[in-house]
Amino acid sequence: MVDVVDVSAVSKQFRIHHERHQSLKERLLHPRSGTVEVFHALADINFRVAEGETVGILGHNGSGKSTLLKCICGVLQPTSGRIHLRGSLAALLELGAGFQPELSGRDNIYLYGAMLGFSRRMVDAIFDDIVAFSELDNFIDTQVKFYSSGMYVRLAFAVAVNVNPDILVVDEVLAVGDERFQAKCIDRIRRFQTEGRSILLVTHQADTVRAICDRAIVLDRGLMVADGPVAESLRIFREHLMGDAARHDERVTDVRATIESVSTPSGSFEVRSGAAMHFDVAVSAETAFSGNFVMEVFTRAGQLVSRSDAQGAPINLVPGVNHVSVDLKEIPLLDGVYDINVGVVDHLGSTVIAWRERAASMQVLYDGREGGVVELGPVIRQL
Amino acid sequence: MGEPSPSGVERRHLDDAPVRVVSARVGLVTRLRNLLERRELLSGLISSDIRIKYKGSVLGLFWSMLSPALTLATYYLVFSIFLKNGIPNFVIYLFSGLVVWNLFQTAVNSATGVIVDRAGLVKKVSFPREILALANVGASVIYFAIQLVVLIGFLLLVGHQPAWGFLWLLPIAFAALYLFTAAVAIVMSAVTVYLRDMRHLMEVVLQLWFWLSPVVYSYENSLAPALQHHGLSALYFLNPVTPIILTFQRVFYVATTVRSTTTGAPLHILPQWSLTRFFELDLGLLAVTVAVFLLALILFGRLEGNFESEL
Repeated sequence: MVDVVDVSAVSKQFRIHHERHQSLKERLLHPRSGTVEVFHALADINFRVAEGETVGILGHNGSGKSTLLKCICGVLQPTSGRIHLRGSLAALLELGAGFQPELSGRDNIYLYGAMLGFSRRMVDAIFDDIVAFSELDNFIDTQVKFYSSGMYVRLAFAVAVNVNPDILVVDEVLAVGDERFQAKCIDRIRRFQTEGRSILLVTHQADTVRAICDRAIVLDRGLMVADGPVAESLRIFREHLMGDAARHDERVTDVRATIESVSTPSGSFEVRSGAAMHFDVAVSAETAFSGNFVMEVFTRAGQLVSRSDAQGAPINLVPGVNHVSVDLKEIPLLDGVYDINVGVVDHLGSTVIAWRERAASMQVLYDGREGGVVELGPVIRQL
Repeated sequence: MGEPSPSGVERRHLDDAPVRVVSARVGLVTRLRNLLERRELLSGLISSDIRIKYKGSVLGLFWSMLSPALTLATYYLVFSIFLKNGIPNFVIYLFSGLVVWNLFQTAVNSATGVIVDRAGLVKKVSFPREILALANVGASVIYFAIQLVVLIGFLLLVGHQPAWGFLWLLPIAFAALYLFTAAVAIVMSAVTVYLRDMRHLMEVVLQLWFWLSPVVYSYENSLAPALQHHGLSALYFLNPVTPIILTFQRVFYVATTVRSTTTGAPLHILPQWSLTRFFELDLGLLAVTVAVFLLALILFGRLEGNFESEL
């Protein structure tokens, strides 16, 4: 396996003009005014992506994740450092692809293909696939300016995935389009994975990363703060979000809490399907705090099974160790290992006070014949 | 089931796939190689440029000829009929200079704002940005070619023989014209990102530039004596468009000295240079424009680093 993306010591600085003079006239009239501030969008980023790997880039707004992606795509030049790319690359940055609104969908496919570096002959060969994927058969000769935003994105995505790049770069694009098209995109991304292509995915949705990525990188204010397994990176991502919230929100600045442990009375996390289970979660707090308790259950494949909270009942933390009990009456899950995340958030659910990714893993035993995740226990007979 | 990749071969391993490097500075050689590799994008952009311009008009390219035809007619009326400049076959003289000027002017005018206008594209897709300006130059070359065909058709129609011996100078003059136009277009497209009013300034500059070039008047007949008297004729030839226009005029208009149609007195229309002199001048100019073009690419590389934050 070779590295298809090698980012070494990449930094990017932007000059921010406070009083901007964008014309010669203004510059001549105000020769000295206008202060310039240097903003470090990325600082010394190093990582590699191997062939066939799917890597998530996580970060909140302003963390530099889109800047990094743009540098990788060559849309932006890093101020210093180098990025080596092996093989062809197709990128979906934000909405659409800068189509020419005056041209038809057909002409735009060829033009965009050429932008990505594919010859007319190569685009000819995949033209029908692109149209089929975009579901725009009836509109392909219509000027793009008459497209709806959904159609626009569908066309852009269809071109980017059907040119079969060695590296696919996706930026938040999965957030648009209807649910069916999203599912289709995820499907295509999975097929890319089985074909051994590499994918770089930028998002701030933890669920997407969990579902698709092999590895995740976390950026925080231009610094790379994590590069590792998805669960570990997600934990760090949440911690940084939390730290950020604490900095921004005066009310919770002094709240510090940690999820100490998750335990069961028997000490075992094995449970039979349909049986009850009881957890005891130890939360240590430095100050008193009233908030909500959240629990998430995931399959090993990263599929969210359930997210639930205390349903209005406040959790009142006092300084010291607090205990929260979680009762699951009848676990309807089928055979498998399920990971449990627990955390404490404020009443609005917007600020995370304490969070623990994979705080426990629950082994469910099931001896029935149903397959999947949940036991529905259907009775099937012919009438 | 793996879909065949565009090249038709099954999924290959990437061990020996070409490696591209993204870094702060793209060297001149890499820049030129990238441009060469993206020929197809350039031709795609040129054809889309032309198609967009005449989308929805039945007569299509005909319109692109209408404006130069009107310019030609106007100048002919004003200078030959109203002002009676006495130059015989003035249409041919005018036409052979205008084709050159039109190429330069339309290319520079359209390229000046192209990166600002296509900001959406520049911020989302990676490709050598100077191709946008070059596409405008390319579209202008197409219009130039059509005008040249019309000019040749006109010469055939009136039975006017070009200077056959000078004909082979045209490719050299054209190469110099292309390189110089491309250089100005590339630089102006980048500068406009930082100074948005360049577009208006450029229109004025181009107008001034037009009158500094011997298109509607004869340098030899009007300015040369005065400038030569002060030893300033070299100043007039600092304008790289001038020697190119003179070459085109020498080839198509042919005569250097004619008899005025109004007074009957001899008029010196074009410089009495020999073929060798023209050749040396054009070749020298070509060498200069190659250097100017490379400098323009280097300057563009310096300016493109901050496009994202300026757009």
